[in-house]
Amino acid sequence: MNKFNFNPLNSLNLRQKTLLIIGLTLSLLILIFITSLTIDSNTITTNFMMRQHPPSFEQLFGTDWLGRDMLTRTLKGLGLSIMIGAFSSIISSIVAMIMAFISSINKYGDTLISWLIDLFASMPHLLLLILISLCMGKGALGVIVGVACTHWISLARVLRVEIKEINTSEYVNLARKFGKNNFWIAKEHILPLVITQIIVGTLLIFPHAIMHEASVTFLGFGLSPHEPAIGIILSESMSYLTMGSWWLALFPGLTLLIVVLLFDIIGEQVEKLLDPTKAQK
Amino acid sequence: MKFLGYKLVRLLILLTVIAAISFIMIDLSPIDPVRAYLGEMSNAPEQIEKLSAYWGVGVPIQDKIVGWLEDIVQLKLGTSLIYRIPVTQVIMEKFTASLVLMAVSWVISGIVGFSLGIISGAKRGTWIDKIIKTYCYILQSSPAFWIALIVLIIFSVWLNWFPIGLAVPVGVMAENVTFWEWLHRLILPAFTLSIVGISSIALYTRDRLVNIENSDFFLFAKSRGEKHWSIIIKHGIRNVILPAITLQFLSFSELFGGAVLVEQVFSYPGIGQATIEAGLRSDVPLLLGIVLVSTIFVFVGNTIADILYKYVDPRMRGDGDE
Repeated sequence: MNKFNFNPLNSLNLRQKTLLIIGLTLSLLILIFITSLTIDSNTITTNFMMRQHPPSFEQLFGTDWLGRDMLTRTLKGLGLSIMIGAFSSIISSIVAMIMAFISSINKYGDTLISWLIDLFASMPHLLLLILISLCMGKGALGVIVGVACTHWISLARVLRVEIKEINTSEYVNLARKFGKNNFWIAKEHILPLVITQIIVGTLLIFPHAIMHEASVTFLGFGLSPHEPAIGIILSESMSYLTMGSWWLALFPGLTLLIVVLLFDIIGEQVEKLLDPTKAQK
Repeated sequence: MKFLGYKLVRLLILLTVIAAISFIMIDLSPIDPVRAYLGEMSNAPEQIEKLSAYWGVGVPIQDKIVGWLEDIVQLKLGTSLIYRIPVTQVIMEKFTASLVLMAVSWVISGIVGFSLGIISGAKRGTWIDKIIKTYCYILQSSPAFWIALIVLIIFSVWLNWFPIGLAVPVGVMAENVTFWEWLHRLILPAFTLSIVGISSIALYTRDRLVNIENSDFFLFAKSRGEKHWSIIIKHGIRNVILPAITLQFLSFSELFGGAVLVEQVFSYPGIGQATIEAGLRSDVPLLLGIVLVSTIFVFVGNTIADILYKYVDPRMRGDGDE
């Protein structure tokens, strides 16, 4: 170690580093979200003098065919994506918890749930999303319900196995012998052990939810074309690619990628924090 | 044999339930098939009446479902509203086109992903491992259609190597396309779908290989004085390849989703484009037909994975717990 080459990160331990990374990524995401909230849709004005301008210092992301600033449109779209992602991942983790609960009641409940998991897993996600979105009449509600319905599976599988394991363990049997009721066991033995899985699972659904929302919107089954969603921006950009307007597709997608990566990082770091055995790997 | 019979029964139950559920969902949706069928055509009252009778307007939902299930059993999937030919014919045509695309990229992504995973696992901690890992993480977090757009910009717009969109050159009938013209248009979608599929298999292979490298038999082989790569080949790859192939078969659902997005960007005339058109233009018979066919497709992948898991690896046969 060269002591002249001082690196402040070296003085932190793993836990502090993890907390620092979570703090930084989270504040970046909150910053993006708050910025998007402050943007009023009406201020994204059309300016025909500024049509199809490539990126410059005044318009970092360039402008589209109506002269709208792509940076503000993209930020607004990201805010929308984060919001829809939050709603649908929370709903889907609630669904997963309910499913895991039903499967832990008795044998029939377990058969039912594993069959339901099979049912949802055997249809391509995107197709199911399209069907649900059509059924709900497109729009934000359709997307949220669709994403929530297709993403509970992985978490429900994990929870089901975990609860099964805990339920057959010796200390739970002992607690039963002591005359503790099921509710007490669920509260004192099961919940503290699965809460990590639930939190991490919800966080890890987030990036998938955002990507699927963008995909389904891109295909034309999601949000309406008036909303400034990333999927809409990208599908509009397809008509202008041949004219060389590469910035219309590159930057909005890139920012979406960064947001997804940030959520991935938060999920992983939180997992490290809550489950120390994983952190040593 | 008993296993396959059991699987077949399962598939039939699954198809029945999915057919019923998707039918109910379409029925609940604001789509009006009579309207969609008439489209721009004249709408004389007696014609509307005839169509309403055909589509069962006003018939209770449970009767409609039973009627629909009876039709499926007789393989009567109806006529597509967009193409005006039987749905089975449309699906056959579009699905073969997609199947070629999916098969090519499935094989490429499997081979490339597996090799990348082995390389990065064997060279754990080096810069090449870091590059492969970063690449995989980035690809895993980016939507497939955006990758497709970027590929389109680079290879079609900037380099001008490939045509933009349209699987058939302008002015040529679909049947008269030469093999080379068709291949020329297959390359970009297949390339995109392959690079999208690489990351999951590569990360999985790397993870497994790293686990093996920490095992006792690996240490023992090392202490015998075997060369690093020889251990990787003899002990590493042998242990990783079967789970990796299984995972690749389990990815049929993702593959289908990716194909839908990629086909849409490159206007490749496959099942994905047919799905989008059917959805956007309210072609109910075609959409329901595609749902059934894609379910069979995914089910076949899952079943092959199951068979591989249970029958090829003798160690898995012992514990019939899960």
